[in-house]
Amino acid sequence: MDILTGFTATQVFPLAELEVGKHFYWQIGNFNLHGQVFLTSWFVILVLVIASLLATRNLQQVPGGMQNFMEYALEFIRNLAKDQIGEKEYRPWVPFVGTLFLFIFVANWSGALIPWKVLRIPASELAAPTNDINTTVALALLTSLAYFYAGFRKRGLGYLAKYIEPTPILLPINILEDFTKPLSLSFRLFGNILADELVVAVLVLLVPLFVPLPVMALGLFTSAIQALIFATLAAAYIGEALEGHGEEEHE
Amino acid sequence: MSPIVAASSVIAAALAVGLAAIGPGLGQGNAAGQAVEGIARQPEAEGKIRGTLLLSLAFMEALTIYGLVVALVLLFANPFA
Repeated sequence: MDILTGFTATQVFPLAELEVGKHFYWQIGNFNLHGQVFLTSWFVILVLVIASLLATRNLQQVPGGMQNFMEYALEFIRNLAKDQIGEKEYRPWVPFVGTLFLFIFVANWSGALIPWKVLRIPASELAAPTNDINTTVALALLTSLAYFYAGFRKRGLGYLAKYIEPTPILLPINILEDFTKPLSLSFRLFGNILADELVVAVLVLLVPLFVPLPVMALGLFTSAIQALIFATLAAAYIGEALEGHGEEEHE
Repeated sequence: MSPIVAASSVIAAALAVGLAAIGPGLGQGNAAGQAVEGIARQPEAEGKIRGTLLLSLAFMEALTIYGLVVALVLLFANPFA
């Protein structure tokens, strides 16, 4: 932890502090919960719930304002799911993929856009919930569960046949794939968001004014792309589990 | 943390990110070049090419990020400290 003090040493710029690996612990039973992640996740959930309530409170034949925006978002998610899962099966998976996308998107952007550092908590600091590996692992494991469920639901035990396709020699690799999928999903999101915040924090530490702005804009862009990638990959995995091998229908 | 472990962790972290950046750098350059070529040949397909390019760039980026995660673990959550 000695190395860390190099980052936190700048008391001159109180907004430029950087704390990795320190958490605001909540003790519940035998578990240590990372409180700052919960607080920000609840905030994200609240934002999403309020936005959808506002959008659906007064539905119009001709959408305007919030309703229009949410219809655009829904259409975007539906197209994403349709592209990856296929015309026939995509409908039941739109809510799952959409939840993943919206949650990750709002979480990433909340970390970049909302000046969390103004609020003080006893330890650690508030930031995007996705910069904690536990959040991303949870999302990735949900995705794993979802595609297993999709596969078994659609093809029953026949789903297991995909492990010995195209030849039984590939069995170990096929099994390994089930582990690398959530691993890479979670590491990708976690690493990107954390790297983004680290770069911004280091730049702010060096030059506090104006210079970090382009990097922040780049951060917004990467955060959005990461949300899109997570949702696309989740949909692609589900689509892959739903369709038998050999009958590729989408490009 | 003993000084030897600290020093080697820092060097290892630097190497992890640095080496992990080489492959994706080559790959991303290659992909971007091909995409530009594709757009030059068929400008009307630009939107589709850009979307695919961004997605695949993010995949390649992930490889560097894995190196970064290893480096961060060495710096902030060193198991040998």
